[in-house]
Amino acid sequence: MRSIEAKKITETVRQLCIDANYDLGKDVLNALEAAYKKEESPVGKEIISQILENDKIAAEGIFPMCQDTGFAVVFVEMGAGVCIQGNLAEAIHEGVRQGYKDGYLRKSILGDPIERKNTGDNTPAVIHLDVVPGDKLKIVVAPKGGGSENMSFVKMMKPADGVEGVKSFVIDSVRQAGSNPCPPIVVGVGIGGTFEKCAQIAKKALLRPLGSKHPNPFYAKLEEELLEKINLLGIGPQGLGGTVTALAVHIETHPCHIASFPAAVNINCHAARHKEAII
Amino acid sequence: MAEGKSIKTPLTDSVVKDLKIGDKVLITGDILVARDAAHKRMVEIMDKGEKLPFDIKGQLLYYAGPSPTRPGQIIGSAGPTTSGRMNKYAPRLLQEGSKGMIGKGEMSGGVPEALKKYTGVYLVVVGGAAALISKSITGNELVAWEELGAEAVRKFVVKDFPAIVAQDSYGGNIFVEGVKKYQKI
Repeated sequence: MRSIEAKKITETVRQLCIDANYDLGKDVLNALEAAYKKEESPVGKEIISQILENDKIAAEGIFPMCQDTGFAVVFVEMGAGVCIQGNLAEAIHEGVRQGYKDGYLRKSILGDPIERKNTGDNTPAVIHLDVVPGDKLKIVVAPKGGGSENMSFVKMMKPADGVEGVKSFVIDSVRQAGSNPCPPIVVGVGIGGTFEKCAQIAKKALLRPLGSKHPNPFYAKLEEELLEKINLLGIGPQGLGGTVTALAVHIETHPCHIASFPAAVNINCHAARHKEAII
Repeated sequence: MAEGKSIKTPLTDSVVKDLKIGDKVLITGDILVARDAAHKRMVEIMDKGEKLPFDIKGQLLYYAGPSPTRPGQIIGSAGPTTSGRMNKYAPRLLQEGSKGMIGKGEMSGGVPEALKKYTGVYLVVVGGAAALISKSITGNELVAWEELGAEAVRKFVVKDFPAIVAQDSYGGNIFVEGVKKYQKI
């Protein structure tokens, strides 16, 4: 067994929260630059150039790229050979607490959805834990904004709906989301699993680097087809009309029940933030 | 340096009438910052027939909830929030003399009609371009209801604050017309 101290996890999460909110990934910046060239609408082009300039200013480390610095969604892959000295969940929450305070990030989390009182420190985080082979601990922090998260959908389709059913569902979801999730967007699609697994893999799909292809050629082709169709919707940057509505479509799948065919769409705004570390 | 029509707040009807969808504008002057909780409170006060603790005549309301301000800075990141959540309140404020709103995303539910009736304009700034937007904010002060925290009413002093006319006083709506131009399915 390899021992990892809880304190080390807190320090790592703290830094990942700050880095994710100031420093947009090179893959997203490259995709935005390609989108600038591709966009036909002059207003759309102007918007993408403002986004690129914004991300440059954010990288200087004074202003986070967006004032909505998100719900801290944390994906953990824990090697079976790892032994944590302390409480893993509490170590993560403490990392979020410190990162959001020290990084001057907005505290957007309410302790109760009806009472709506702010917890004041952006905790708790949402934690997804997987146990994997090995003796390493991989942590991904993906701060998720409210505007794009609100435009998420799950549908329990019928097996007879088939791949055409998935296509219509994804296209309709993006059309319905319109200007709200701050396009150009990244579209995460979950297919299969149970109700909750499907939603979770749709979110996990957003973590894949932009520009990468799905390892399965069938899904790689489906992603391309969906992206092309979404960009024919005309929504464009910020919903003001244009030829670039989405930067990418990413699909994740999971085995499913003989009676079931769930699909989920989770949308990310152009600030497609996530940072990872391996301990 | 951004380009566009320079406009100064408070706005007059003739300035508003000169703005059409797709126009780029650069706003200079004071703007009021308020979002969900402050709007609820404003309308409650007006419904009781009482006076607001600040003047909204000719004002633009900016839908935003900034990130914390670092020491030595004027403001944190201060981009727009989704305007649709304020559909319910905007017509009432236009009726009381405000000249428009700044936010992101389409506004509906009586807002287009109110923009026509009371000569108002709805402007959008790029959602998620919060760091860039903050560069055009030269002053920031609390106006009312500090207890609302990030949702308190603030006054921003802005210089050449870049925005785009999204819905105008003639019923024009860029979210409909702009999309129509590029929609192929």
